[in-house]
Amino acid sequence: MYQTKDILLSPDQHQDGYTVINIGPQHPSTHGVLNLVVTLDGEIIKDVQPNLGFIHRSIEKMSESLSYRQFIYVTSRMDYLSSHINNHACCLCVEQGLEIEIPKRGQYIRMIMDELTRVSSHLLWWGAQSMDLGAFTPYFYAFRERDMITDIFEKNCGARLTMNYMVPGGVMWDVQSDFMDDIKKFIKQYQSRVHEYHDLVTYNFIFQKRMQHIGIISKEDAISFGCSGPVARGSNFRCDIRKSYPYELYSSLDFNESLETSGDCFSRYLVRIKEIDESIKIIEALMADFPEGDFQAKTKAVLKLPKGEFYQKVETARGEFGVYIVSDGGATPYRIKYRSPGLSNLSILNKISQGAKIGDLIAILGTLDLVIPDIDR
Amino acid sequence: MTFNYIKDLIHAIRSLLKGMKITLKYFFSPKRIITQQYPTMKPVLAEKFRGEVVLIHDEQNEHKCTGCTSCEIACPNGTIKIVTKQEVNEAGKKKKALDVFVYHLELCTMCGLCVEACPTAAIYMKNSYEHSTFDRHTLLRKLNQEGSKLQSGIE
Repeated sequence: MYQTKDILLSPDQHQDGYTVINIGPQHPSTHGVLNLVVTLDGEIIKDVQPNLGFIHRSIEKMSESLSYRQFIYVTSRMDYLSSHINNHACCLCVEQGLEIEIPKRGQYIRMIMDELTRVSSHLLWWGAQSMDLGAFTPYFYAFRERDMITDIFEKNCGARLTMNYMVPGGVMWDVQSDFMDDIKKFIKQYQSRVHEYHDLVTYNFIFQKRMQHIGIISKEDAISFGCSGPVARGSNFRCDIRKSYPYELYSSLDFNESLETSGDCFSRYLVRIKEIDESIKIIEALMADFPEGDFQAKTKAVLKLPKGEFYQKVETARGEFGVYIVSDGGATPYRIKYRSPGLSNLSILNKISQGAKIGDLIAILGTLDLVIPDIDR
Repeated sequence: MTFNYIKDLIHAIRSLLKGMKITLKYFFSPKRIITQQYPTMKPVLAEKFRGEVVLIHDEQNEHKCTGCTSCEIACPNGTIKIVTKQEVNEAGKKKKALDVFVYHLELCTMCGLCVEACPTAAIYMKNSYEHSTFDRHTLLRKLNQEGSKLQSGIE
């Protein structure tokens, strides 16, 4: 952790003659309340120290006083852009302890919602990344498509961002009758508009120049820093939990793990764009044989996990999210630990931004796709 | 070096024009604009949208709440408080009944667990969304209406 006296040093007081500046906590490009203490030699970054804790809400401690049905809603407030997937991880962990079988329809709904969340999260990231690099309007192009997904969520789950739709045993209620049509409409619109995304941003020369050969993560670094999700897959590290440790019905699905080899900002960008297409492929495959029947398994009114430890990891839009529950046999968990992708991905920031220009720091920070409440919890 | 520079420049201008084409396309066709002017154009939210908890009353001013406090137990942040009273029915038996259904909208996170927990489906979540006020005490609600009573046949 950076000491206060280091932050308060003026440029000429600093022993090496470096400048120390603060980016954040109230800065638009840090995507929340993240404070970066940057040591600069002219324009070259020498050192970046993230200063965390501005939005710490002690969610892990809070969860210890909530029952196994109640603690799930809090996880929507962590990584709010992939709230469905966070809830999903908690449900899977509780179900693992209860040893209950989820009806097939429930599993299908859960997976479709997961993939829609992934698409919506990556779309928002696409807009925010373009905005960080100075293009303001792509944000609204992304929101046009993303809004169709949030409308689907609103209609079927009852909320637009913090869902709490998944409950231990399945989903809270059944989907509406026009669920399929809405998704088909979204996919059709997305596929007819995606060329605009590429024309506006991907093929833009300035954008490419600002992303290529910047913030290069080697495969070894990605593994040793515990990176996951698109950040690690941009460095050709196979780490998709859906492939390596499949949960729900992902093992029966045919989809590709999107990988890029160069490990720079642009490859992370391409991984996310590819992942949207893969997610849409998964949704289409799931919709083709959407089963009828129950959406929720029968569970007791008060859930009690047997004494022991349970761990479940899932692949969120940002990487590996893990839930670790220690149960003492009571109605509330004895201890809960969340493994969030954002914190591990942030840890590599200092290593990859050393030697880059200060303008590139914003591009690197953007492609790490940080959600600050997920880091602080 | 110079050749590469000029090649890059031409490539850059071409890619910028490509993007500008899309911007201009939207600029000259206002029908494609999807933004809504909020205070004048109010969006209609979906039926299922979780806005606030409402106790359902029918035309006879009767509700289905028995005062079992299932929702109070299910709520993760103490939003709901059920106050019960002892009522004497026709047969002369004492019975627990709902007195006041206190609902703190300012504490509610709209998770919908109370609706899930309710055994008689007495409450549901309304799709209202304009809750902002200048004083948070105005968000403290009493959900059961004046003079309302339990529907017959609900245990």
